[in-house]
Order: sequence, then C-alpha cells, then structure tokens
Amino acid sequence: MNTYQLNVNGQRREVTVDPSTPLLWVLRDHLKLTGTKYGCGIAACGACTVHLDGIATRSCVVPVYLVGKRPVVTIEALGNDPVGRATQAAWVAQDVVQCGYCQSGQIMNAAALLKHTRRPTDADIEASMGGSICRCGTYVRIRTAIHAAAESLKG
Amino acid sequence: MSSAAHAVRRSSSRLTRRAFLLTASSAGGSLVVSAYFGLPLRAQQAGAPAVKYPPDAFVRIRPDGKVVIQVNRLEFGQGVSTALPMLLAEELDADWSQVIAELAPAADVYRDPVFGIQLVGGSGSIAHSFQQYRELGARTRAMIVQAAAERWKTTPAQCRTQAGVVYGPGNPSLKYSELAEAAARLPVPATAPLKNPRDFRLAGKGTPRLDSRAKCDGSLKFGLDLDLPGMKVAVVAHSPVFGGRVRTVDDTAAQRIEGVSQVFVIPTARGGSAVAVVADTFWPAKQARDRLKIDWDLSGVERADTAELFDRYRALAKTRGTVSVSRGDAQIIDRMDNRMVAEFEFPYLAHSPMEPLNATVRFDGDRAEAWIGSQFQTVDQQAIAGVLGVAPERVTFHTEMAGGGFGRRAVADAHVPCEAAEIAKRVPGTPVKLIWTREDDVQGGYYRPMHVHRVEIGMGADGLPAAWRHVIVGQSIGAGTPFAQFIIKDGVDATAVEGVADTHYVIPNFHVSAHHPTPNVPVLWWRSVGHTHTAFVMETLMDELAARARTDPFAFRRKLLSTKAEKLRAVLDLVEQRSAAWRAKVPRNRAIGVACHESFGAGVACVAEVSIEEGRPRVHRVTAAVHVGFAVNPLSVESQVQGGLAFGMSQLVPGGAISLTKGIVDQRNFNSYTPPYMGDAPAAVDVHIVPSAEPPSGVGEPGVPPIAPAVVNALARLTGKRYRKLPLLSLV
Repeated sequence: MNTYQLNVNGQRREVTVDPSTPLLWVLRDHLKLTGTKYGCGIAACGACTVHLDGIATRSCVVPVYLVGKRPVVTIEALGNDPVGRATQAAWVAQDVVQCGYCQSGQIMNAAALLKHTRRPTDADIEASMGGSICRCGTYVRIRTAIHAAAESLKG
Repeated sequence: MSSAAHAVRRSSSRLTRRAFLLTASSAGGSLVVSAYFGLPLRAQQAGAPAVKYPPDAFVRIRPDGKVVIQVNRLEFGQGVSTALPMLLAEELDADWSQVIAELAPAADVYRDPVFGIQLVGGSGSIAHSFQQYRELGARTRAMIVQAAAERWKTTPAQCRTQAGVVYGPGNPSLKYSELAEAAARLPVPATAPLKNPRDFRLAGKGTPRLDSRAKCDGSLKFGLDLDLPGMKVAVVAHSPVFGGRVRTVDDTAAQRIEGVSQVFVIPTARGGSAVAVVADTFWPAKQARDRLKIDWDLSGVERADTAELFDRYRALAKTRGTVSVSRGDAQIIDRMDNRMVAEFEFPYLAHSPMEPLNATVRFDGDRAEAWIGSQFQTVDQQAIAGVLGVAPERVTFHTEMAGGGFGRRAVADAHVPCEAAEIAKRVPGTPVKLIWTREDDVQGGYYRPMHVHRVEIGMGADGLPAAWRHVIVGQSIGAGTPFAQFIIKDGVDATAVEGVADTHYVIPNFHVSAHHPTPNVPVLWWRSVGHTHTAFVMETLMDELAARARTDPFAFRRKLLSTKAEKLRAVLDLVEQRSAAWRAKVPRNRAIGVACHESFGAGVACVAEVSIEEGRPRVHRVTAAVHVGFAVNPLSVESQVQGGLAFGMSQLVPGGAISLTKGIVDQRNFNSYTPPYMGDAPAAVDVHIVPSAEPPSGVGEPGVPPIAPAVVNALARLTGKRYRKLPLLSLV
C-alpha cells in the first residue's frame, strides 16, 4: 500500500491503496465518486471514462501509481465546465438516457470531443463515440444530442 | 446541474410496513401463482380498506407539495418509472413538475396485478398496471376533493381540480398539500370515475424522463454504487463448468492481499459450490480471487460442447418433435412438387447488461435487508429468506435502479441473490455487496438458448405457402422452474415456439413441433425471448418466398396475413407509407429489407437501408412503425423501439455468440463476446406510432425481433445469398 496525492475535480485528495489499484476503483471505492462506472475492466466499453489532463481516458486500466499530478475530472464535476454543461443539458433535452449506466462515460467522451471539435460531423462522432457501448441502444439519440450540444455552443 | 433533487430514486423503507397491509384475495390466476410461491395471503383485517391497492402505499403528497409515487416495477431503462407515474398524476390532476418517482420495495401490494408476483417482464408493466395506476390516481383525487368539499361545506360536484389545486364554488382554492392530511383520514372509495382519454393532459403526450438529470450528472446510484456503513465487498470464484464443486482451495496467496478478510466455500445453483472472497473493497477482493488455487471436482458433471450440440440438434430437427400446432395435412408437403427446405442455427446469447450483476445483503441472525436491482422481487426475497432460514417478511427488500436487464435480472432460481445471502450468512451483521465481474457475467450462463429450426415449405401455384412443416430444437426455459406449469403445455415450452406457433400468416397445412434437449447450460429469457429466433426464421422465409413469387415484400405479406391481424396490417401500411420517399432514392450499393412481427401484444414493422462496408452490414437508416395500443408516453415508445432495434443487432454482429468447448465457455469479456457498438447499430431511426385508443400493450421487447431479419433480407438483395446461421461471420 502506498499513499498518493491526487488532483480530483479540482481538489487535492489523498488515498492509501495498492499501487496496482485502477484509478476507477480509487474513485469509486475510496473517494466515493460512483458516477464513473465499472462495465468491463478491460477498456472495451467506455463506462469508466474520465478526463485525465483533459484527455478522455478509460480509468479501469490506469493504475493509480501512473496518475501523478495530472488533474482528474469525473462526471460529477463536468458541469463546472461550459462544454460539459452544454453536453449534459443536450443529453437531458434530447431524452437520451434509458438505464443510464453507460451515460457517464458517453457524456465524458462527448464533452471531450466537443472541446476539441466544435462542429463534429457524423463521422467525427462515430470515430470518438464508436468505442463506447450502450446496451439499451441509445446511439441515435447520442448522435442527435452531440449535434444539439454543438449547436448550443455556437457563437 | 443540481444533484440534490433526483426525480427518481429508490424508496425509503418506511413504506414497507404499511405495504404489508393486506390485499384482498385476488382473482384466480394470481392466487395460483402466489400460492405456488408459498406467499402468505392473509385474511383481511377488520377496518382495513376494502380496496386491493391502498392509495397510501402508492402516492404520498408531502407538505412541500411534492407528489411521491411508488412504482411497482424495476426501472432498468424502459421508462416505466416515468410512464406509470404519468398515469397516476393524470387522474390525480397533480402538478407534473412536482412528481417524484420511487422504486417500491418488495411487498404484496406491489405485485403485478396479472402475474400475482412482483416482477418486470413480458413487456407487461404498462399493460398490467395501466388501469391500476389510473384508479389509484382517481381514488386519491376523490379523497382530496372530498376533503376540500368538507372544508368548504360544499359537494365534490361543485369542485374541480387542476395541477395540484382544488377549486371550489365562488373562488376558494386549496393546494393538494394543504388537504393531504385530511384526505388521508377519509375512507378510500372503492371506485372513482376515470377521465375520458380525450381529456388527458399528460398521458399520451411525449414526456421527458424523470430520471434523466440524475443519470447525466453521476448522482443516480445503481445497485453497484451502494455504499453502507461497515460494508464489505465479495467476489466469487465460480466453477469453470456449470455445476462443478470445490474439492480443495489454497487461499495462501489470496489471504496475503491487504484488505481481504475472509475466504470460504459456498453452495451455488445446480448442486455446485464456489469460493467467496470478502474484502474491504472491490479491487482487493478481485486480486485475491485471481490468486486462489482451486481444485474443482467435475466428476459426474456434464460438459456441454456447442459444436456437439449443434450436430445433435441438426439431427433432431430432421425428426418430428412434440406437436405444438397441427392444422390440415402434415404429410401433404411430401406430395408437392414445389418445395423448399431451410435450416437455421442460433447460438447461445448472453444478455450483458452494462451494470454487472450485484446484490447486497445484510443478515443479523434474525432479520435481513437486501438491496438488489431485481426484476423478480418476490422470487428473490423468498429465495434469500430460504437461504437464511427466516420467513420472507423478515427480509426487507429494496429495489435498486438497475443498469439494464433484458431478462437477466429475472431468474427463477435467484442464483445471484442466493450467493449474496450465503455470504451474508457467514458475515453476520455486516452488509456484503456481491459483485459479478464482466467475466462472471459473460461466462456465468443463463443464456438465450441455442436453437436449430428446420422448415419445409410447399408452395402453391400462386407462390403462397400452402404447406408448412416446422421443427424447432432448443432448451425449455421454463423446465425445472416454478413457471413450468404456466409456460409448458403438453410438453412444448411456449417460449420456444412463440412467433411461429401463433403466426398471423394464414397457411392451411401448418405443422409445428419442438424438441427440448437438456444440456448442462442454464438458460433464460433474453429480450423478446422466443421471438428472437422465430421472427428471424419467419421474416427471412417470407422474404425468400416473396422473391420466388416475384412479389414485392409488402404485397406478399399482405396476401398472406390474416385479415384479423389488424396490428400487423396497420404497421405494414404505415411503414410502407413513411419510407416511400427515401426508398425511391436508395443508392445502387444499398438495398432495403422489410420485416414485421407481433410480440407481447404489439405490432412492429421496419424497413432497413443497408450496405456492406468492410465485409459487415452497415445500417444507414431504419423506418419503423409500431402499434402499441394507446401510447402512454410516445417519447418513451420511440426510445424503446430505437433501443430495441439496436439491441436486436446483437444477433448479427460477429462477436454475438456464446460457445462452449467441453463444458467451458469460450468467451470472457466484451473483447470476445461483443455487443453492437455505435457503428453496428442503425445510424438513423424514425419511429411512427399508429394512433390507437386500445388498451396499451408493452413496447420494451417488440422492437427487437424485426431488425435482424430486415437487415438480412437487405443483405440477400445485395449478395444474392441467404443467411441462416447467426451471427454473421462472413457475408461472402
């Protein structure tokens, strides 16, 4: 067990865990931030997506000892950011969610896309979102919501 | 985004006591089911309300104006925790902006009125609780109005209600929250008039989900997110072959993981056993499990092998099974000149809801508490009680929000809740959260059964099928469960033949039979159950017959459909209309495919526009038409159909098969058992709802069956080949 100083959602957080503990489980079990979800543990589904130094990252395969000083942002703090807020608002306005379990990851992914690409095309959307699983099949509404969020961020 | 005000959440247990209030003895059907499960049906207490569903167990109007409605269903994406409150709020004339929905705990009063147990399944939530929730709203409104009338010394007829306010003669008005306490002291009326649907303000209008916000800001807790003081986490090492037992376990390395508290053997389903690891949190539990050295006793355990099973099933399919339907002359095909034979193969499928299975149980030796996102609360509560050796009423059972289910959370043997109870029993006083990893989920069984169909068709001179002899081979889902008596009739499991046996196509000489082998693989209903394979068979064959008869796929189906198949005819017409404009402009490298199917009381037709890209089908667009009777929430109907179509693609994607080699499941996680990603699902879906005032059917499952055949019908046009073995590994 080692002690790590992390920067999570703008706050300094200290945890004492086994170095191999994935960031996902540090967030969920030690920092009680359960918005980031466990779907597969092998980075195949995207449910565990956080922003690590601004980059959409699958936290289930990042051992905590690799995180260092890089800021971690989870779904719980996404609303502090205008792009994040617009993404969440579009998700609600377009009635995207069904069970909702994958949606934290979907929204984190979409917000990262919108930060880097202000007017994503359908092809951009699929390239960015195409690795995130939704078993309920909300894909068509995810597309619509991303376009709507981009529209709301225009100008 | 405020996370403070969840519009939907799991219920506080405060209502549990009142909910155990008696229900009047119910109609014959549900009595039978209840008695079968050994559920207590108490005689009515003197002074208790005469009504079966006391409104105070379902709706509470708080002093702050919030209207808290108990939903007698699991919410796992299907939108029931918005739609049922809509019905109650409509008749109550509540202010919708003040409505909060909670998932009710396990209690007699929350049983499905038709099935007699508390469950979600069969796309039955709205269909079975439509009347019930309207009546609850109407009776509550009647009591509120009565209280107001008494306050104003007038009559209810002189009062009217709107958006949570009662208006009296002259100009007095009172908010519901000001009347709630007085209303609660009034006797519950046995009946109250329901609105004319013409007057609906809420029901029938597209209404955004109540739980959206909390699902978009990380605040909504699922079962897997539960955190309780002193809680431990458990992970279980299961036998690699179903039913295996632990012979020895070396936990030396496992116990060295910091945070691990206990390792012990527990019994599991099918006479097996497994090793449970209990730790402070998930990661040490999983690390420890990975370091266990277990010697499994597999003596006498059958090792199912899907290659062998397909051989066996193919041979069986050539023989007549137990008869399901026999109309006309079964032998006439043998004398017909124009005949064809088609054989179809379907693999085992895992449900793989995004939230892995989990269950939290705490047992103090006398009482227990369980927190489970369960589709089968009554069954699970009973099973936990059985494991712990207490009466079911001593198990307080909370319904958690679930991340998908598709049938996987409705298991007759309650094997996951039982595992959790077995663990809790050995860790008394401590809440233990059992988590199944994704690997456990993919390899853990309870699959959609594998099937082989063999269909012989004799065509008449008009190109229509005049004779049809159909053999279906697949495990019975009901066999060995308490549902057997309801599902299996004269040796045929209805869930294996539904969609064929009850087809709306009129074929004079029609013969269906089934074989139900019993390999050692646990099976379960997978979203739309038998229709997953029967719709594929029927709708691809219809297309093939239409092509042989040189008739367009719409016209061919119309010729063959019964005149009484109103829902299917309606959706076929609507989908043809609404897709006409784009169908006329389909580019050369794309083709269209049509399919229609009725299931769970709903008719669905779809047209898919498909091309082939990098050897895989690319679905550019689907137009779907649905008949669900009265659509309580059209926005939800649209989402469920869009979602069902995407889910249905699970059968086609190359990774969409569970196989076993000598008893061991070959797949491990999403890398080897792969569901549809965005690129595998239709890129655009427009849904059209047939306007109807008929009682609502369900829509959770009906969107699933038609998509696979529609896509394959389009592929057949592109390549000239017929695809009868799923999943689609290669299109050439």
